[in-house]
Amino acid sequence: MSALSDQLVTYAILAYLVAMISHAVEYALGNARAVSTKAAAPARELVGAGVGGAGGTAGEPVAVPVETRPGRSGARAALAGRIAAWVTVVAAALHLGAVVTRGIAAERMPWGNMYEFVLTVTFIGVAAWLAVLWRQPQLRRLGLFLTLVMVLLLAFAELKLYVQVTPLMPALKSYWFVIHVSTIIFASGIFLLGVVPAASYLMRSGWEQGKRSFPYTLARRLPAAAGLERLTFMLHAFAFPIFTFAVIAGAIWAEAAWGRAWGWDPKETWAFISWVVYAGYLHARATPSIKRNVATWISILGFLTMLMNLFGVNFFFTGLHSYAGVN
Amino acid sequence: MTTVDDRPASPPAEAPRRRVNPVLALLRNSWRQLTSMRTALILLFLLAVAAIPGSVLPQRGINPEKVNQWFVDHPDLAPRLDQLGMFEVFGSVWFSAIYLLLFTSLVGCILPRARDHVRALRMRPPAAPKRLDRLPQHAVLEAPAAADAEAIAAVLRRRRWRVVVRGDEVSAEKGYLKETGNLLFHVSLVAVLLGVAVGSWYGWHGNRILVSGDENAFCNTRQQYAEATLGPRVDSADLPPFCLTLEKFEAEYLPSGQASHYWATVTVDHLADAPTRTAGFSVNSPLRLGPANVYLLGNGYAPILKYTDRYGRTQTSTAPFLRTGDPNATEEGVAAFPDANVDPKTGRRAADQQVAFDGLYLPTAPDSPPFVSSRFPEERNPAVVLVAYRGNLGLDAGIPGSVYKLDQRQIDNGKLKQIGDKKLGLGEKWTLDDGSTLEFVGTQPYITISVRYAPGQTLLLVASGTLLLGLMGSLFARRRRVWFRVSPPEGGSPTSGSSLVEAGGLPRTEHPGFADEFAQLVAAVSDDGRDVRRAREGDE
Ligand code: HEM
Repeated sequence: MSALSDQLVTYAILAYLVAMISHAVEYALGNARAVSTKAAAPARELVGAGVGGAGGTAGEPVAVPVETRPGRSGARAALAGRIAAWVTVVAAALHLGAVVTRGIAAERMPWGNMYEFVLTVTFIGVAAWLAVLWRQPQLRRLGLFLTLVMVLLLAFAELKLYVQVTPLMPALKSYWFVIHVSTIIFASGIFLLGVVPAASYLMRSGWEQGKRSFPYTLARRLPAAAGLERLTFMLHAFAFPIFTFAVIAGAIWAEAAWGRAWGWDPKETWAFISWVVYAGYLHARATPSIKRNVATWISILGFLTMLMNLFGVNFFFTGLHSYAGVN
Repeated sequence: MTTVDDRPASPPAEAPRRRVNPVLALLRNSWRQLTSMRTALILLFLLAVAAIPGSVLPQRGINPEKVNQWFVDHPDLAPRLDQLGMFEVFGSVWFSAIYLLLFTSLVGCILPRARDHVRALRMRPPAAPKRLDRLPQHAVLEAPAAADAEAIAAVLRRRRWRVVVRGDEVSAEKGYLKETGNLLFHVSLVAVLLGVAVGSWYGWHGNRILVSGDENAFCNTRQQYAEATLGPRVDSADLPPFCLTLEKFEAEYLPSGQASHYWATVTVDHLADAPTRTAGFSVNSPLRLGPANVYLLGNGYAPILKYTDRYGRTQTSTAPFLRTGDPNATEEGVAAFPDANVDPKTGRRAADQQVAFDGLYLPTAPDSPPFVSSRFPEERNPAVVLVAYRGNLGLDAGIPGSVYKLDQRQIDNGKLKQIGDKKLGLGEKWTLDDGSTLEFVGTQPYITISVRYAPGQTLLLVASGTLLLGLMGSLFARRRRVWFRVSPPEGGSPTSGSSLVEAGGLPRTEHPGFADEFAQLVAAVSDDGRDVRRAREGDE
């Protein structure tokens, strides 16, 4: 079972790679103008033609298809994009298979060490991405960045973090393990996904303001900035309470396991830092006098602190959370 | 999410009648600065940054040994960092200053907002704007099922809108929960801080090792702890009286040597006049005594070593040996016999004839040398590997030393001399050069426990719950308004007899789903979606 899980991970990485290439093809062929003009509006919305009129009766709904993409290269780009999206679905299925078989092999939830943690967080990220894509297909081009992140993280996990299946140590045997770790993983997965529109927004808004130097040129064919920014916010607003809950659950568990709810262990300290930074993001976003770029940078900073907690703390510090299996 | 502006820097211009006291003006301005969102944000970031050294450098409250080690490793830097409080970040003046300022800012922010919110709750939804067709959502209903203002209001009320009817006009508003949640969230933050404060003022905790057996029982007094911390409002005399005896400790291991299960059984005595009882606890399931909780932090073995001195007097040591960090539970420690070789004739203790043994305990010793580490954490082939010393142990010098280590100074200055070393299996006896003997009789398990009283935790738990509820209300509730205007039937029109209803909707916070909600509402009012004609501008 464990070997099967390992194989599935490898196949999933390959599938993400294929999806990434396919997204890149879409990107290269894409008709920038057609995408940028209409993509801001959610696809299933009807765009009203004519406002007002006598008693409002004149406003017959008119559907404006979002994917107005004339030209053959446009059609081919769309095809490549659709292929990419479906390959991502396949990759996510393989990925899920890898997580599940790992859990079966270990006879427990597959979250016992850092390798399994990264494996599951990335799966949550990709599952949430597919959900977003389902609702807002016009965001498909972000898949290029998402699959890139997937390939990088999974390859890193496979090469640097891999450990054999082992049972849990007594300290982890608690139902709080399931509650705390699953919510942390879930929130981390959504935060991970949130970075993709956040970074895309920063590039795209620069592009829309006429910047034509290196990172901004990447955003030429991305959806409009406002939509990216809104997606960034929605993902973070969704993940933040879950993260808050996870931290609280961690404190309750710590009280039972270590005799104190909060003791400024390095993991706890960095969870606190992440929480404060994300709270800062939400405040900045809610304050009209603060520019959206600034707010978005804060969200990216928040993710860096999450990464620091996941990798940095496990590698550099020793604390009570030393079950990562990387010694 | 765009409802909240920075609070205006100054109230609407008012003709200054008399000169403002400059001190007052300064105070008022500072207060405004402090309670502005920008200041709050800056303080939040300072808090995050200030926490970083607490994770990078060892902290006294968490790991004092590591702090000492850091001082040894960085003799120049450490004292300077210490002056800045870098080894006690979370209790330092600057860390406290940041969060106290932040919470002052928070309170200064909550109070006026709470007042405004209460006002808003009392206010009735405002009258409809003249032209409903200018609103982001707009619809005209012909011959709706609910054709008069009261009927429409009823539909809205059923959907839990706050409704007011003014003649032919219905105004409704929903989503006050957003601000309520927001205030609840911020008040909960203050409550969390209070809970933490109560815990640190009135709480106490102590750690120690508890070796099994009646003769090793421990009673809850400050002296009985290896280390104890009492909150500023706690006196040693306040510690509740109870005694614990470790009856049994069970540990199970997987073939790989990883522990799979621990269970400690203790007798609890003298607790508030209750009868003596037996209780068990483990990692993740502490012993909750009421006035304090007992947590299992670690475990090990104390070798029982019987020393018979040259006069034939026997003494026994059951000093716990400490884990070295080896996963197979190699332990190191000292068995000291300061009262060895007391001449029975004079009864005098010879300060240079004290004896001590220092070395390792291996629960599963290998079959052949080197005997430096255990092969398995469980006792399968227990052995001690000891070095014997004779001389002055330096215990009388009054310098506090570790009971787990010999005083290295005494060895260095030659007052304590090494006289041999040996590996002893269970029951084996070692005869030293002066005819005295040491026997390895067996072991007693011990546990490391933390005893802790943490008031304020219930408050913390409740505050965390309301914090989460408030947060969700704040993030997911959406404030929005709708209006309905009923026009009487137009005489002579084909639809004569039925009235026309016009509806408009305004999301007051970012609300991507508002169009759908509005459509559903309109459909409910007309009770039949077919007649709904709606027109609206783009979402942005
Ligand atoms: C301990 C410090 C604080 C933390 C951790 C914190 C955290 C949060 C969080 C997580 C939210 C929800 C985000 C949202 O609704 O968008 C929020 C909202 C808010 N906070 Fe704070 N806050 C703190 C201090 C303050 C202070 C000092 C102020 C006043 C200057 C303030 C004013 C607000 C406002 C106005 C909102 C509502 C934003 C909105 O309408 O969405 N907060 N806070």
